[in-house]
Amino acid sequence: MKRLDKELRVMVVDGLGGPMTRRGFIKRAGAAGLLVGASGFLAACGGGETTTTTAAGGGGGELAKELYFYNWSDYIAEETIPTFQDEFGVKVVYDNYSSNDTLLAKLQSGATGYDIIVPTDYMITTMLGLDLLQEIDLANVPNVANLYQRFREAPFDPGNKYSIPWQWGTTGIGYNSVKVPDFKPSWDMLWDEKYKGKITMMNEIRDVFAVALFRLGYSPNTIDPKEIEEAKQMLIAQKPVLKHYTSDTYIDELASEDSWLSHGWSGDVLQAQMENEAVLYAVPEEGSLTWVDCMCIPKGAPSKYTAEVFMNYIQQPEVAAGITNYVYYASPNEKAEEFILPEILDDPQIYPPQEVMDKLTFLEELGTDTELYNAAYQELRAS
Amino acid sequence: MTGTPSSGETEARASVILEQHAGPLSRAMARLRGHNFVVANLLMGPTMLWLVLFLILPLGVILVYSFGSRGTYGDVILGFSFDNYLRAFNPTWLPIILRSFGFAAVATILTLLLGYPLAYFIAVYGGRRKNIYLIMVMLPFWTSYLIRTYSWIVILRSQGVINTVLMWTHLTSNPIEILNTPYSVILGLTYGFLPFMTLPLYASLEKLDKSLIEAAWDLGATRFWALMKVTIPLSLPGIIAGTLLTFIPAVGDFITPDLLGGPNTMMIGNLIQQQFLSARDWAYGSALSFSLMAILLLGIFFYVRKAGAENLA
Repeated sequence: MKRLDKELRVMVVDGLGGPMTRRGFIKRAGAAGLLVGASGFLAACGGGETTTTTAAGGGGGELAKELYFYNWSDYIAEETIPTFQDEFGVKVVYDNYSSNDTLLAKLQSGATGYDIIVPTDYMITTMLGLDLLQEIDLANVPNVANLYQRFREAPFDPGNKYSIPWQWGTTGIGYNSVKVPDFKPSWDMLWDEKYKGKITMMNEIRDVFAVALFRLGYSPNTIDPKEIEEAKQMLIAQKPVLKHYTSDTYIDELASEDSWLSHGWSGDVLQAQMENEAVLYAVPEEGSLTWVDCMCIPKGAPSKYTAEVFMNYIQQPEVAAGITNYVYYASPNEKAEEFILPEILDDPQIYPPQEVMDKLTFLEELGTDTELYNAAYQELRAS
Repeated sequence: MTGTPSSGETEARASVILEQHAGPLSRAMARLRGHNFVVANLLMGPTMLWLVLFLILPLGVILVYSFGSRGTYGDVILGFSFDNYLRAFNPTWLPIILRSFGFAAVATILTLLLGYPLAYFIAVYGGRRKNIYLIMVMLPFWTSYLIRTYSWIVILRSQGVINTVLMWTHLTSNPIEILNTPYSVILGLTYGFLPFMTLPLYASLEKLDKSLIEAAWDLGATRFWALMKVTIPLSLPGIIAGTLLTFIPAVGDFITPDLLGGPNTMMIGNLIQQQFLSARDWAYGSALSFSLMAILLLGIFFYVRKAGAENLA
């Protein structure tokens, strides 16, 4: 999910010496576009493919000539698409986005023409609420049987009616094991006065509150205003020790040792680890979040049947393992285990042990109650 | 009924009078309508279309949204309520608003202090190299603002260029923390908007009649007083344009505080951006945008009026 574009990063880091993730870049550029161009207006001009929906439902169908696949950037193996194209004779038009917000804004403003999108768990609930997705004909995706049981009955879409998982990961703390010798896997570390100015938090409303709520022993999906208020006070008290709130630059800050303790996503921290071996990743004992990005078919998809064939192809054990071996994120495909590199399968940072897994929760879409968090977050940032 | 002329007669007489007295004017107007007016419209057309499509229409959309509300899943429910505006004028945002205006004001003053001597130098001493200097001022525009701001991270961070030099020369023993503070945000804004200040200043200084300065010298003014009494007042239009071009976008900037800022540097732009993206409350975001625009427009109105009056005095 949060993997940065290596090439661009190398270019920027080596050329300019600057840290930048493609995700961050596109996110900001997209935001600028949204603000300047009266929200959806520009986005609506973006995806202007014609929409010719094939007969919805129905077991079979003919393969389309082209498949429009809209995925997170740098989140696929090199051979995944070429192999599919050779095998099925379908040309895959591959396009990337950088955040769920961008994806949603684009769909909401009426962009159609994509056959497959890859939103994150809670975003699937949102999109279902907005009636943006269509049901998957599982008869065309028999390989769904290869998934781990917990991904077959995920709370946001039990029975995979609307979503087929792509890859998953966790949220935790990335830390520098040399600079922080007394590290213990607890959210308390992010409040430690000793590391003042070396701590970063993500700039994500629900993720930030989840940290305080876990630390207080509450659910990250609480809608009790008292608990949210308590969490807010705890986060305000944290501000003096923080370097800043960032959802992307922390990767490079960890690598360059500008930050020593960062609230972040598993895969991002592993990116920093590739550059700096002292960087490690841990999921705190108090519990944390897990997320899974899933393939979905948006309403108005030109070639639904071909999309289902592609989803089935992705869930072939070798193909699913190929993606994990390339992007270093965990696969939801159980049968893929035998093809996944042992060093990935045995890495607790990628595949956490069972006792950690037991404490992981999904973020839930809270509908109108989301505003409790929005308001509290802005009060936090304004304070 | 002979005493009163018929209505037809009245009209005929009136047209004759018009023909006699307003002949040249109406002929000119006819010519204008017949020829120039069409040409003028043709020339204006594309610009007007552009303005309507990309300014009026989006602003209209935002205005309509601002009276709506957030749907359960972050969609916009159209309606007519002032709730979003009541929420926009929430005392919680006071620190953010004061901070935004404060940062923008300091950055504007700094760009003026840096830009004025620069523009003066190019306009007066630039000579044949004037264009080269101007290109050097504009050169940063050829790179994305994002990349330029990212490179400030490299310069300012604790393992960055400045701290490496400071520690290598033993001027400091520990890295000084500049990045992720209000100072780095103001620095980023000043850097980013310097050309917006320099170019209008240059334009007005370039037009300045040098003989007026010489006259001031001849009349016994020192160089300092010639600058204060002649050069600066005459370049006031440039100063007004430059400060507006710097201040307005600086107040609403969100990239600079996002990249260079710390936990306490959130500006209005960030708040608005958050409504549109992560909070998915477009209605509230629209109301915030409109409120900011209203405050700025009001401020500019008084600023231009006051500055304009001083300019005349």
